[in-house]
Amino acid sequence: MEAECVTPNAFAEKSMGEIGSLQIWEGNRKRALGELFQIEGEESSPPEKVSIHLIGDLGKVRRIGAGMSAGEIAVTGDVGMHLGEGMKGGTIRVTGNAGSWVGSMMKGGLIEIEGNAGDYVGAAYRGSTKGMRGGIIIIHGDVGNEAGCFMRNGLIKILGNAGQFAGVHMREGTIYIQGDAEARAGAQMLGGKIVIGDYIPSILPTFTIDSIRPNVKLNGEKVEGPFYRFIGDLADQGEGKLFVSKTKNQHLNFYEKYL
Amino acid sequence: MDYPRSSEDKEGSGKLSLLISNGFVYDPLNGIDGERISLCVKGGKVVEDVDERKAKVIDASGMVVMPGGVDIHCHIAGAEVNTGRLLRPEDHVKDVEAKTALTRSGVGYSVPSTFTTGYRYARMGYTTVMNPSMPPLKARHTHEELNDTPMVDKATYPLLGDWWFVLEYLRDGKLEECATHVAWMIRATKGYAIKLVNPGGLEAWGFGRNVRDINDPVPNFNITPKEIIRGLCRVNQLLHLPHTIHVHTNNLGKPGNYVTALETMRCVENMFSGGHPVIHVTHCQFSAFKGSDWKTLRSGAEEIAKYVNRHNHVTLDMGQVVFTDTTTMTADGPFQFILYQLSGNKWVNRDVETETSAGIVPFRYRRKSYVHATQWSIGLELALLIKDPWKIFLTTDHPNAAPFTTYPRIISWLMSRRARERTLKKISKRARHNSLLPSINREYSLYDVVIATRAGTAKALGLKQKGHLGTGADADIAVYNVNPEKIDPSKGYKTVRRAFQRAAYTIKGGEIVVKDGEIVKPTAGRTLWVDVRLSSNPRMVDADLKRRFRNYWTVEYENYPIPENYLHAPSPIPVKAEV
Repeated sequence: MEAECVTPNAFAEKSMGEIGSLQIWEGNRKRALGELFQIEGEESSPPEKVSIHLIGDLGKVRRIGAGMSAGEIAVTGDVGMHLGEGMKGGTIRVTGNAGSWVGSMMKGGLIEIEGNAGDYVGAAYRGSTKGMRGGIIIIHGDVGNEAGCFMRNGLIKILGNAGQFAGVHMREGTIYIQGDAEARAGAQMLGGKIVIGDYIPSILPTFTIDSIRPNVKLNGEKVEGPFYRFIGDLADQGEGKLFVSKTKNQHLNFYEKYL
Repeated sequence: MDYPRSSEDKEGSGKLSLLISNGFVYDPLNGIDGERISLCVKGGKVVEDVDERKAKVIDASGMVVMPGGVDIHCHIAGAEVNTGRLLRPEDHVKDVEAKTALTRSGVGYSVPSTFTTGYRYARMGYTTVMNPSMPPLKARHTHEELNDTPMVDKATYPLLGDWWFVLEYLRDGKLEECATHVAWMIRATKGYAIKLVNPGGLEAWGFGRNVRDINDPVPNFNITPKEIIRGLCRVNQLLHLPHTIHVHTNNLGKPGNYVTALETMRCVENMFSGGHPVIHVTHCQFSAFKGSDWKTLRSGAEEIAKYVNRHNHVTLDMGQVVFTDTTTMTADGPFQFILYQLSGNKWVNRDVETETSAGIVPFRYRRKSYVHATQWSIGLELALLIKDPWKIFLTTDHPNAAPFTTYPRIISWLMSRRARERTLKKISKRARHNSLLPSINREYSLYDVVIATRAGTAKALGLKQKGHLGTGADADIAVYNVNPEKIDPSKGYKTVRRAFQRAAYTIKGGEIVVKDGEIVKPTAGRTLWVDVRLSSNPRMVDADLKRRFRNYWTVEYENYPIPENYLHAPSPIPVKAEV
């Protein structure tokens, strides 16, 4: 189901009946929101005061909160792909897991997922070079591959583990991975910062070690290290910074001889 | 969805007659400049008169009536176009067309899907479109896509300027053998004209190299681009092909290349004996750069215009840049490689294993970029400084300089100094300072626009049934809702632009296919190809070809040609060759 109409902006200043008749695509069929959801609520209000609470199995519902600029969405359960795609402001909180493309191309606002998220968190649309440009994404669980692909600004905080290619093609912004990262973090990154708090099997050969830092700052918040700081991706004359925990990655200590 | 494959398939369409009354008719090939006359259509052709009681009457009062648009150069089908589609999902997502009761769904923007391409051309009043670069080995794919491009008649030019057989025959002075081979290739690929892209350079690109100018020998072949151009020009004459050779010059897209463009035109000067021109230099904007590097880039339009104004053996098309996000794709692999290095964008290099090469790079033309703004200026300078509108035609080299959907905007720039000034104000300051446009007062009349977009192109292509409204012409007609008595295009350029964006009526093969900018009847359109008939039996060349197919090809000789029944609505144009 394509549910880009489920946003505070679309719900604002509407009666329950009007919200129920908003259009939603189920496969190749147009349906009314009211046919698929039981809708309850209070009187209408401007978008910044709208708070939407979604309950149920929404694992196959895509594009919830797409393009929203204000207000709040809370989901009890799982959500499908493209959650908060291109959102500009407001808050989305999910208690369960989210599909791929969480906050892709987002420009502002906050997305918080208590479970896991799929691939391409805060990424660009397929083929595009314009990824996340602002805002904050916090994932309490694990994420799939290519988180922050073509990211241009903002913060992605992953409290679990990340898949391969975290921060691939990254231009600017910050990715923090508290857990492990699979290989190839920062491939083709040109700028920005990736911080890996736990184990990473290897660093790409196109990164060079720069220094050892006692701590690193994430939007004002300090994370205690020490960290190896790498610069890359040199294959693309990149100046991105890759911080990797020193204590959790003893197998990388051979880099120290190049300092 | 089921729909008639061609207008001829539909029973009874031959009896349908139309009367287009009261419009201001523009038909430069017959010297008609805005006269209020009625046009009669019957059986898919323009006729002397029809039975007014039975005919459907289109009231075109206050509107202009002209032949359907004929685009001489636009990449709409084939291997590289399709690769461009694959490369650019982000281009499609922003421009989606939903299915309607009559039309299929599709996507744009710079490399639209086949059906959408056809619909968009028809909405703009275009009825004939030429696909300018087809690697012969990919002819089957190209024709499959052309079969699926509805609403317009189309044709495609096989790339032959870097083909081993051609290079070897020409090097050895075997002109007749070369002509025979080219005739076979055109028939085998169901092509329309000889296309040369960076002659010799693409062959060199297969080995990671390029040629420097038209006198630089091609590695391994000991033949210069000049000899290839002259050779194929002669071959074109021997075969009596309706169009001239269609040339994308060497050194395209490099500062200082206007010299190469002039040399290219000059090298076939003495092959002209009056009458039909002998060479078409395509998307000339990309070949009119002066200066030694990108920083010192200047317009070479004045020099080229001066030459073209004095000579009649050459026609050009603009390749006009419009400031937008588009996709560049040419068979010119080395040029695309340079573009990739300049832009740092993703790119694809392909077709090197075929008779040619190709490259694709997404590109955004920015107003504030000195180079891009200068390119924008060069295209318009060429169109305005070349005095004879029969010599330069409107194209964007779709999608290289802009998508074809920007034609109405270009028409408004050509017709209005004010429109040009408005854009000039927004471009890079340095480009504005160096531009020749502020010194040019010329504004195209509607008559000139008709020449640049249909009459001139049809004439250059040798399409006798198209581009005019004389008796017997194909009833491909466009009606635009702009009243030349009430609107001065110089001031009302926005009205003109809107009118050309959405044709009031497009009539294709005698049927109303578009009304008020919307498709009202999907039709298939035909595929034109040149059926070259040789006067002798080319046994020698055939034997040579078969031997090489056995030795080198992964395709069998028997499987290489495209049979005519592979085209859904073929329309062969028979020509009798001298060899």
